[in-house]
Formats: sequence, C-alpha cells, structure tokens
Amino acid sequence: MSNFATNSLGVIQPQTLHFNEPLTLASGKTIDEYDIVYETYGSLNAKGDNAVLVCHALSADHHAAGYHSESDSKPGWWDLCIGPGKAIDTNRFFVVSPGNLGQCGGSTGPMSINPKTGKAYGPDFPVVTVSDWVNYQERLADSLGIAQWAAVAGGSLGGMQAMQWSIQFPTRIRHAIIIASAPKLSAQNIAFNAVARQAIMSDPAFHEGRYYDHKVVPASGLKIARMLGHITYLSDDAMGDKFGRDVKNEQLNYNYGVEFQVESYLHYQGESFAARFDANTYLLMTKALDYFDPAEKEGGDLAAVFSKTDSQFFLASFTTDWRFSPQRSREIVRALTDSKRDVSYLEFESNHGHDAFLVDNAEYIAAFSAYMNNIEISE
Amino acid sequence: MKGLRPELQKIFGWVKPGSRVLDLGCGDGALLGSLQQNRGVKGYGVEIDPANVLSCLQKNINILQLDLDAGLTEFADNSFDYVIMTQALQALQYPHKTLREMVRVGRQSIITFPNFGLWKHRVYLSTKGRMPVSKALPAQWYDTQNIHLCTIKDFEMFCKEHSMLISKKDIVDYEHRSDTLMRLWPNLFGEVALYQINGE
Repeated sequence: MSNFATNSLGVIQPQTLHFNEPLTLASGKTIDEYDIVYETYGSLNAKGDNAVLVCHALSADHHAAGYHSESDSKPGWWDLCIGPGKAIDTNRFFVVSPGNLGQCGGSTGPMSINPKTGKAYGPDFPVVTVSDWVNYQERLADSLGIAQWAAVAGGSLGGMQAMQWSIQFPTRIRHAIIIASAPKLSAQNIAFNAVARQAIMSDPAFHEGRYYDHKVVPASGLKIARMLGHITYLSDDAMGDKFGRDVKNEQLNYNYGVEFQVESYLHYQGESFAARFDANTYLLMTKALDYFDPAEKEGGDLAAVFSKTDSQFFLASFTTDWRFSPQRSREIVRALTDSKRDVSYLEFESNHGHDAFLVDNAEYIAAFSAYMNNIEISE
Repeated sequence: MKGLRPELQKIFGWVKPGSRVLDLGCGDGALLGSLQQNRGVKGYGVEIDPANVLSCLQKNINILQLDLDAGLTEFADNSFDYVIMTQALQALQYPHKTLREMVRVGRQSIITFPNFGLWKHRVYLSTKGRMPVSKALPAQWYDTQNIHLCTIKDFEMFCKEHSMLISKKDIVDYEHRSDTLMRLWPNLFGEVALYQINGE
C-alpha cells in the first residue's frame, strides 16, 4: 500500500533519449549530440492525439509530477495540475515532460561531458533559446510518435515555450496553455537577470564558468542570484503576511547579522537552491528568458506573428504577480484578438505573486480543468 | 432560439450569420454560445464574475476575464461586426466611456437596458418619494449594482450628443412584447430598450 494520495501518479521513472542528429541553434552554433531526460504520465491513445507537452520554467526540470521513490517527500513541480482527475488529467492525456537542453537535471547541459574534450562543457555550452528548445522538443515528439500535441502547457518560461510552439510548428499543436507568462521580458525583468548573473560571475569560485575543473562551486553567487529571484517570485503582500517585520531573536542585536525572519528565509532558500542547482545553468536559463521575443522578426508586431498560428490559446495570470503581471498576459491577449485567434484569458485573485501558478487555488484549478476537459481527443 | 431569455432571442435575430461578435458582460455565455452554435458567429465574451467565466469555459466559448470599466484596450478599432452589451450599461462605473469604446471597436453596437423612465418608476417615486424597486430593479438604493440608470430619452440624447447613430431600436416589455402604448410613448411605457448604434 503506497502512502501517496489517490490522485497521485505515485512513483515515476525518468527516461532518457539520445539524439545524434546535430541541432543548429539560434546563435548559429550546433550541438552535435545530446541526451534528453523526460517523464511521461498516462498513456498515448491509438490515434496518438492525446499527448500534452509540459514545459518547465527557470529552475525546474523533467520531474513535473509524481514521486521518484516511495520515501520521496516532495512531488514534481506541477503535481498540483498533473495526475488522474487533475487539470491535466492523466486518465485522458498522455503527458510528456522533458528536461530542457542546457538544464542540470540530467538532460545535456553545461555540467555534461563535452565529447570533444572529455571535460564538462561549462561556459563552452552554447547559449540556447526558447526557439532552440522547441526544436529539440519537436524531435522528441517525432521519437515518441506524436504528430500533433493536443496541448503544450507551461507557466512563466514554460508558457513562453507553449507560445513559441504555436508559432514555430503551427500544425503540430492544437492548444497553447500559457500561464503567468509574458510576450518578452521588460527592461526591469532583464535588469533583475543581469544582477543575478553578475552575482554568479563575480563569485571568486566561478572561475569563468570552469569551476567544475577546480572542484568548487560558486555557491555564494548562486545563492544571491536565487535570493534576488525569489523576491521577484513573491508578492509584497505574501511576504508581509508570511514574515512582516518578525525578528529571529527577541532582542535586536544592532549588528549586520540576520535579524529579520525574511532575511533568514531568503538565506535558507538561496542555500538550498545553491546546493541543488548549477550556476552555469542558471546563467543560461536567464539568457533564454532575456532573448525571448517572438515578435522581433515581424518588427515587434506580435499579432502578425500569431496570425500564422493554428492553435487555440488559454492564458491565465495572477493579480499579485509583478514579475509577469496580468498586464503582460493582456499584451499577448491583445495580439491574439487582433489576429482573430481563439483565446480565453483568465485573471485569478491570488496573493502568491509569480509562484501562484504552482499554488492550489480553487478557481484556477476549476478553470484550467474546464478548459482541458473541452480539448477533444479520440477514445 | 429556444432557451434564450426573450431579450437575447431578439438580439439573436439582429446578428447576421457568420459575423464577429464581442459580447460585453456576457454572463454565463448563453447568447454567444447560441450564436456560435446556430449562426456560425465567432468572437469573444468578456466577463468579470468568476462563476460566469467558468460557465463560459465549460460552454467552449472564448472568454476574456476583463474589467469593462478599465476600457476595451485589448481590442483594435472596427475589429468586430457587433459589440453587444445586454443589461450591463447601468452597472458600469463609466458608461459613457464604455459606449464610446464600443462604437470604436464595433461596426455596430447592440445595447439593452431597463428604461428608468417607465411610468411605474415615475409613480413610485412621486407617490412614495422613494427610489423605485421593481421586478427589473429589485435592489435597494444602497446595494444596487445599477448605479447609472437612464431613461430612453437620456440614452437617445447621449447618442445625439456623441454623434452615435441609432440604426435599430426596439422598445418592449419584460417579456419582449410591444403594444400601441409603447409605440406611442416609449419612454413612459417601455420596460426594456434595445438599440443598435454605430459611429458616424
């Protein structure tokens, strides 16, 4: 008898696919061969028309739902929405969740061994973009026998991949689910990323990205980057509710140590992240965010870009998200209505800021489920 | 169409098949759903109430959860054949701004509202000296959503002053029947006003 909830997928085994065909990247560079680690949930139907691609955001990986062992305390990053009877109902859908190229969860990335040198890629791993990811994901679809995704879904950077799918392979996607995302980063978004990268790159242990060779990690730089990022994921309200001005000790110390609970929390978040995540990957992921701008090729006209898409769109945003605010989602909606696409857009009340797409919220789950339930698939 | 409330049936008849429609304050999506299924109409519903939004999603309607009082900035000029707003005008914070936006976005705009000039309201106010409460306007003055009620005369004056042309109108009772009194003295006997307007 397992300890998991009845609507949990239980223990999931990640799988790996090796790709030999070189992938040409937006930068002009190529990756000759690479591994993609992915998980699947549910089963592909006879017609192969029930597949849903789930795309992860900055710091997540292929492990989107279920657990990796019976004793695992935490499920995958979107377990809230993926499983039997959940919004992405694995009784209906076959869900594919890959770890992106450049990631540090098993798919080929800066930590992987470069076959040409026999050493870790480190800074030699090329910068990859959202569009590059969609290209490898298309190959993954081919390998799994999926001609067309019923839906491609993701939040934040994951939502950007869903959007890019609708643009890059219009006939291979029926629904794009874009949650808490943006059509491109604002100057402020890029600025935050720039500071995060500086924190990493100015860490003495960074060694210009070759820290693996020195058997060290730029943990303090990565920690600061995450602390900064974490502030942008939470809302002012949520931080206020959670910590207020609570102090760690009863008496103030009047020194430069950690005095307030919010500081202690950020230190903890930063440290645990630095222990599990790779600094080069963090640099790469923030660059992928910065470069994302699907309208660039059309002179900034996103509606013109969307006018070539064939899919239907579902967008959602959360009221206190200031990283990718509702306003940013409405920019996408405006381009979609201008280009006469089918789109539904919902704005949910939440005080969880950007992280709200990962947090239980009855209205969000009900709406997401209702939309997914209307996606037609064969028996 | 069967199942639609009388007012929506009337509008259903006004909308040309195959047109693009924006339904503002679309409620549970009854009209848009019916137009989509039976008239080959395409478009979007706009609604703020979460329960209604969910109901529209379940009906497979393109639903946009936006606040009408924040304007229709999501929509380009003349991007719809019809912009429809039924029984919502009087609940808006800035009805004049929304009307101007409707005329900007739609080639035709269809608007319905309860006629506050109805003789019953006039009698209620003049004899009781209190704000009229009726079947159509059941709430008390302090908790009513209807914060911008107008009469048929008010609306037509507004259209005139804002260069909006009335291309169709229908003054009816709550069951959407008309009679001689309503035709002769619409502002006194009309219970519900339906208008189709457009910019010059």
